[in-house]
Amino acid sequence: MKIIIIGCGKVGVALAEGLSGEQYDVVLVDTCAEKLQQVTEDLDAMPVVGNGSSIATLSEAGVEDADLLIAVTGSDELNLLCCLIARKQGNCQTVARVRNPVYNKEISFIKESLGISMIINPELAAAMEIARLLRFPSAINIDTFAKGRVELLRFRQMPEFHMDGLTISELQSRIKSQILITGVERGEEAFIPNGDFRLKDGDSLFIIASPQNAGAFFREIGVKNDRVKNCMIVGGGTIAYYLALQLLNMHIRVTIIDKSRERCEMLAETLPGATIICGDGTDKKLLLDEGLEQTEAFVSLTNMDEENILVTLYAKERSKAKLVTKVNRLSFDNLITKLDLGSVIYPKDITADYILRYARAMQNTIGSNVETLYHILDNKAEALEFLIRENSEVVNVPLKDLSLKDNLLVGCINRDGRIMIPWGNDSLQVGDTVIVVTTQKGLRDIRDILKR
Amino acid sequence: MNFRNVIFILGWVLNMEAVLMVPSMVTGLIYQERAVTALLWSALLCLAIGIPMSRIRRKNTHFRIREGFVAVALCWIAISVMGGLPFLFSGTFTNPVDALFETMSGFTTTGASVLTDVEVVPRCIIFWRSFTHWIGGMGVLVFLLSLFRMTGGSHINLMKAESPGPSVGRLLPTIQSTAKVLYIIYFGMTVLMVVLLLLGRMPLFDALTISFGTAGTGGFGIKNDSLGSYTVYQQVVVTVFMLLFGVNFNVYFFMLARKWKNAFRCEELWWYLGIVAVSILTIGWNIRGMFDNLGQAMQQSAFQVASIITTTGYATTDFNLWPETSRSMLVLLMFVGACAGSTGGGMKVSRLVILLKTVKKELSQFLHPGRVAKIRMDGKVVEHETIRSINVFMVAYLLIFSLSVLALSFDGTDMITNFTAVAATFNNIGPGLEQAGPATNFAMFSNVSKLVMTFDMLAGRLEIFPVLLLFVRDTWRKF
Repeated sequence: MKIIIIGCGKVGVALAEGLSGEQYDVVLVDTCAEKLQQVTEDLDAMPVVGNGSSIATLSEAGVEDADLLIAVTGSDELNLLCCLIARKQGNCQTVARVRNPVYNKEISFIKESLGISMIINPELAAAMEIARLLRFPSAINIDTFAKGRVELLRFRQMPEFHMDGLTISELQSRIKSQILITGVERGEEAFIPNGDFRLKDGDSLFIIASPQNAGAFFREIGVKNDRVKNCMIVGGGTIAYYLALQLLNMHIRVTIIDKSRERCEMLAETLPGATIICGDGTDKKLLLDEGLEQTEAFVSLTNMDEENILVTLYAKERSKAKLVTKVNRLSFDNLITKLDLGSVIYPKDITADYILRYARAMQNTIGSNVETLYHILDNKAEALEFLIRENSEVVNVPLKDLSLKDNLLVGCINRDGRIMIPWGNDSLQVGDTVIVVTTQKGLRDIRDILKR
Repeated sequence: MNFRNVIFILGWVLNMEAVLMVPSMVTGLIYQERAVTALLWSALLCLAIGIPMSRIRRKNTHFRIREGFVAVALCWIAISVMGGLPFLFSGTFTNPVDALFETMSGFTTTGASVLTDVEVVPRCIIFWRSFTHWIGGMGVLVFLLSLFRMTGGSHINLMKAESPGPSVGRLLPTIQSTAKVLYIIYFGMTVLMVVLLLLGRMPLFDALTISFGTAGTGGFGIKNDSLGSYTVYQQVVVTVFMLLFGVNFNVYFFMLARKWKNAFRCEELWWYLGIVAVSILTIGWNIRGMFDNLGQAMQQSAFQVASIITTTGYATTDFNLWPETSRSMLVLLMFVGACAGSTGGGMKVSRLVILLKTVKKELSQFLHPGRVAKIRMDGKVVEHETIRSINVFMVAYLLIFSLSVLALSFDGTDMITNFTAVAATFNNIGPGLEQAGPATNFAMFSNVSKLVMTFDMLAGRLEIFPVLLLFVRDTWRKF
């Protein structure tokens, strides 16, 4: 499949990395030759210098036989124009990044009338991710399958859960709720655990469950898992705006602290229900005055990664709040994980993930059956959702009789909207969607789960 | 100050006044009264002054804010002076101050009267007296603007100066069409009210004059007991229409345009109705012992509450004799006033609501010193400028109010009389309490006090600033 990416910024590069790693033909278009050269040195992608909205440049990039065009330049209008021209010139699907909140309400109209397949708003996507976390504060990370009916949750094992030293099968027999531990991250290592795997405090666990079961599980192991009632946001950017909108809709009290008077005025105008404070979010006294110690959720969303991290660390010291930190550029993932900042949001990755997921879904119609794909365990493993369309050697055979690949787990079966955690005697059937967790990359079809 | 522009407008207003005297003359001819000649001479005098003024050559037709405000203030003074002539010529009053007070009370839709016996005055003069309410209710200049398409300038300033409320918006692209729509709604509702009163078997003359008083939220009665001698049906019709004329006319405009959402999103309307409902119930319960049954008490309470909050000033009973709670509530309602953009006076519900919201905002500012918050009306943010002007309005209002009470105190009348007399004239209501109550009138005040209250009526109707601007030296500078 051939994919053209216009715009070689953070997201453009992240996309190119992801896509070229999955054996797609990637063409990168940017006006800056130097930047292109630098990027394509370590990437297997073709660079084309020029303006993405010019027909000549698009022809040079090969728009005529491209399957997908992704426009992620800095300008919304340019992105839309690129897509429009590409639609006229070639016969490809188009994805545009449009981030101006003004267009937000009109997105579906724009999409339809300009014939764009997908419009991604990075700030909105990040805000939705954060809102989901605040609904479920004990999880560090939540991904969804089967249109939200199944969740893949990541949380950190704490001493008060009394799970230290238990094996997975001991734990499974102790709890009643239907969940499956699909992955464990310990330090730098990642495991897809089997029944004999021993858990240790400090591990990051990935579980698959329906939202109700996940809630029940957390109650069983003794986590108070109420939705937060109030939330403090430091930094009043666009993500903060979208997040506050969603939280206010969920009747969560929101306090936003921002330095810029002008920005505060704007937020006060557009967010009637929120408390907007004009002040320095790194001012300890201000944070305490505004009730840092009582807040149930603390989200740092300033433009400075360092500031976000420091403020979150301070909040961690002074409160019991659910912490969410935004990190834009820093690439010291390991260090950040060690700091235990709670949930870390990388807007760049979220955008890239959304688009990657779309590209893979497109690939489905061509060859594979992957509905959704998440990278988990620090990119060492993948969680994939397959739709079983036709009869094959994996269908109607009990799972225990299938010789599955190593480090592969069938996590969940969604049969007509019913969510089941499969056991050895269960079997797959046509029409099911199945979630598979594996460290084996490049699965394209449900049959790939078998040993060859 | 572009004097030629101001003189031009003044001339046209006087010409218009002469024309507006015609319906009263017709009344006089029907009843064959000799007072018609008083009206005729007054009209001719208006034209004699007005026509030369309106033919003045203007070099620059642009209206700045200052010209707009000064023109409006001077126009109102001019029409009140000229409009008082029929009273003098017909011998109804011999004191020019009384004539001025009565006309100003008419045009500003106050309804405070210095006539000791209304029922002996010629009918054409009574008609003219009530008709001034109708003209003054929607505004003299708004009427002028609806007739002529004024070119070359910001005539919205004329309308801004005359329309009540903290902010004036255009409903339609041109000022003429906006003014026209307002007058059409006004006219239509007046006609509807006349028809309903006629259906209740009220004589045509009474129906017309009472409707004029209600539409302009004026309150001149044509009987000595105001509306006390009319039937319950007629009183209820008047109650309902008083309340209707106290509503922001934008609401009616949106209803006509079938934009129901816009109409009912008007926050002020709900506050207004809420205040009315609470007041009616409280006062009705409070006075239940004075009437045969609770229903009657409620009906009386409703009439008086509607009359006071819309600043009309009709009365069906002497509420001066009511218990203290009811009297206090009525006095407080005097200050509330009707909605902005209605024909009513007072401080306006929207101003009070915004002031309340600023208090709430200030309190939250104590808790969160750095908080940035906005005040909203109808879901929209209220500009800082508007809030500031409301605050200043409040200060100016209190200042004029207290100075007026002080000025009246030299007459030696009691405090409640003075206080409520100023409240009743400044808020364009009409009757106050004690000696200025609904069963009495303002005739016993001295000339100085009457002039002070005349000023108050004008200041109240034009919402203070246009009138105060006349006293600023800079306004009169020629450049």
